Amino acid sequence: MSGHSTYQPQSAFMKWMERRLPIAGLVHSSFIAYPVPRNLNYWWTFGGILAFMLGAQIVTGVVLVMHYTPHADMAFNSVEHIMRDVNYGWLLRYLHANGASMFFIAVYIHMFRGIYYGSYKEPREVLWILGVIIYLLMMATGFLGYTLPWGQMSFWGATVITNFFSAIPLVGETVVTWLWGGFSVGNPTLQRFFSLHYLLPFVIAGVVVLHVWALHVVGQNNPIGIEPKGDKDTVPFTPYATVKDGFVMVCFMAFFAYFAFYIPNYLGHADNYIPANPGVTPTHIVPEWYYLPFYAILRAIPNKLLGVIALFASILVLAFLPWLDSSKVRSARFRPLYRQFFWIFVAVCIGLGYLGAKPAEGAYVIASQILTVYYFAHFLIILPLLSRYEKTKPLPNSISESVLKAGAPAKA
Amino acid sequence: MTMQRSFLAFALAIGLAAPALAADEHAPLPTKQKWSFSGPFGKYDRAQLQRGFKVYREVCQSCHSLSLVAFRTLADPGGPGFTIAQATAVAAEYKVPGGPNDAGEMFERPAGPADRFPKPFANDNAARAANGGALPPDLSVMAKARTYERGGLWFLLDIVTQYQEQGPDYITALLQGYEDAPKGFELPSGTNYNKYFPGHAIGMPAPLSDGQVTYDDGAPQTVAQYSKDVSAFLMWTAEPHMEARKRLGFQVMIFLLVFAVMLYFTKKKVWASAHA
Repeated sequence: MSGHSTYQPQSAFMKWMERRLPIAGLVHSSFIAYPVPRNLNYWWTFGGILAFMLGAQIVTGVVLVMHYTPHADMAFNSVEHIMRDVNYGWLLRYLHANGASMFFIAVYIHMFRGIYYGSYKEPREVLWILGVIIYLLMMATGFLGYTLPWGQMSFWGATVITNFFSAIPLVGETVVTWLWGGFSVGNPTLQRFFSLHYLLPFVIAGVVVLHVWALHVVGQNNPIGIEPKGDKDTVPFTPYATVKDGFVMVCFMAFFAYFAFYIPNYLGHADNYIPANPGVTPTHIVPEWYYLPFYAILRAIPNKLLGVIALFASILVLAFLPWLDSSKVRSARFRPLYRQFFWIFVAVCIGLGYLGAKPAEGAYVIASQILTVYYFAHFLIILPLLSRYEKTKPLPNSISESVLKAGAPAKA
Repeated sequence: MTMQRSFLAFALAIGLAAPALAADEHAPLPTKQKWSFSGPFGKYDRAQLQRGFKVYREVCQSCHSLSLVAFRTLADPGGPGFTIAQATAVAAEYKVPGGPNDAGEMFERPAGPADRFPKPFANDNAARAANGGALPPDLSVMAKARTYERGGLWFLLDIVTQYQEQGPDYITALLQGYEDAPKGFELPSGTNYNKYFPGHAIGMPAPLSDGQVTYDDGAPQTVAQYSKDVSAFLMWTAEPHMEARKRLGFQVMIFLLVFAVMLYFTKKKVWASAHA
C-alpha cells in the first residue's frame, strides 16, 4: 500500500478502470507484489488464518441468524430447531461454535508469535495496538455470542460478567441495570447482546483493515527481527506467501473440522444444554476456555473492584508492551534471557487458564495469586529490567546472510 | 531449552496434583459403556434405539417430556429406523392441543408426524405438584446436558480418543445407582439415595426394575439393559444427525488432507527457486 503501485493494467477496460478507481493496483501491491521477508517461518501464517476465521464466522453467523430467535422464551428452542430441522443446521452451528474457539487458538498463536519475535517494537507499535483492539473486540463478541443459546452457562456467564461493572463505586449498580435493560439478566439483555453480537464482527473487520494497512506500511517483522535491506531479503507475496499460507490454512481447517465433526461439544459446557433458569445457579460457573486465564486473575483477588481492575489491566497492559520492553533487539533468538522468560510466561498463562477452570477455593486460589503476581511482574518488572541489562547476541548483517548461513531450505 | 522442560514439569505437576485437590467432591465415576455410536465411524444401533424408545414410552414418559423431538424424526435416516407409517401410528396415540376451530373453540386432536411429543403435565407447576416438588426435566437433550468430571488432565486425552459419551454413561449409571443410604447420611424426605447423583439425594425414585418392559427381540429384560437402551435412545434424541455428521466429517477430512498434501508439494516447488 505504500509507495506507487507497480501494477500494469493489461486490458483496455482495466486501464480505463485504473485511472478512475485503482482497486486492482491496490490488490496487486498488497497481495501480489507486496514484498515479504524471505525467512518467515510457519508461525507467520496465522494472520491469514485469522482473516479466514473472521470470514467463516461471519458467513456461518449470517446464515444462523436466519433461523435463530433472539427471545428469552424461544432462543434455546430455536437453537435446537437449527440442530434438528434446518438443513445442515447442525453443521452451521457446530462450525460457528467451534469456530469461535479456533479463532482464539489462532489469535493466541499469532499474539505469542508477536511477543516472541518482538513484532510490537518500533515502528510497529500502532500495528500491535490495533491488534490488541481486535483481540478485545473478539473477546466481547465471543462473550456476547455465548449468551445467545440461552442455556444455563449463557445466562449465568452473562450474569457474572455484567456484574463486574457493579464494582464501579457509586454508579456501579446503575450501570449494571442499564446494561441489563432491567433488574436482572433477562429478555432485554438477550436482545441487545444479539444486536451487538451481530454488529461487532463488522467492527472487527474494519479494524482488521487498519491492521493490514498498518502492516503494509511498516512491513512484516521476521524471525531474526532485522529489517529487509532490499530485494535479496524479500520474496513477492504471490506466489511465495500465498501458497505457504494456503498450505497451513488447509491444515488448520482440518484441525477445525476434526473438532466440528467429531468432538463438537468438547469445548463447550454440558450445562449449556440446560435451558436458562434464573432460579438455579450451576455448581461451577465457568467461562469459555479462552477467557480462563483472565477469570483466574479476577478470582485471585479477594476484593471485587480490585479484581475487576486487575482483569482489565491484564489485557490493557498488552497495549503498553512496545514501551515496557524497550530492548533494541526484536527477536528472542538473540535474547537468551528474554527467551527463557518468554516460555515461563507461556507456562504461567496456561497455568492461569487451568486454574480459571477450577473452583475458587483452597490451593487453587493461592496458586492463582502467585501466577497473577508473576503475570504482572513479567510486564512491569522483568521486561523493563531485561531491556536494560540483558546482554544480547550479535545480530546477523542481513536476512539473506542468515538464511544462507542456516543452510537455506531449513527455515522456509 | 531448560525452560521448556521446566514448563512441562510445571504442567505435569498441576495435572497430577489436581485429582487430589478435587477428589472428595466426586461420587464414584460412572462406568464407561461400550456404545455403538462412539468413535469416528459410530452409528446408532437401530434395535437398541427402538428398545430404548419402548423404555421411554412405558416408563420415563409418565413424568419426563421429550418436547423437542418431532414424531416424524422417528423415521429419519440415522435414527431408530421406524417407517413413516409406524411414526405416524406412534404420533396418533398422543393427543395435542388443536384449534381454534371455526366456532373459536380449542379442542384436542390426535398428534400427527409433524407434531412434537406433548408434555405429560400442563405446566411446570403441575409437574412439580405431582412429583413431590421436584420438576422432572425434559429429556430431549439430556444426554448432552449431563457429564462428569474425572479431574486431572484426562480431558486432554479425550481429544484423541473422541470420548464424548459422558452423558449416556452418566445416565446409564444413574438409573442403576439406587441403593440404601449409608449410615449417617441424612436423606431429605421425599428423596432417594443414588450414589451417582451429585449430592446423592434425588427426587426420582428408582424407575426401573427387572422384567418391567417386555422386549420382543430377545434382549435381556434387566435394569442394566434398560438403562443402556434408554441412554442410547436419549443420545439419539440429543444428537439426531450424529451419523450424518460423522459421515460428512470423514469426507471433509479426506478432502482436506489430500488438499493439504498437494499444497505442501506445491509450496515446496515454489520455494525451491527462492533458495537457489
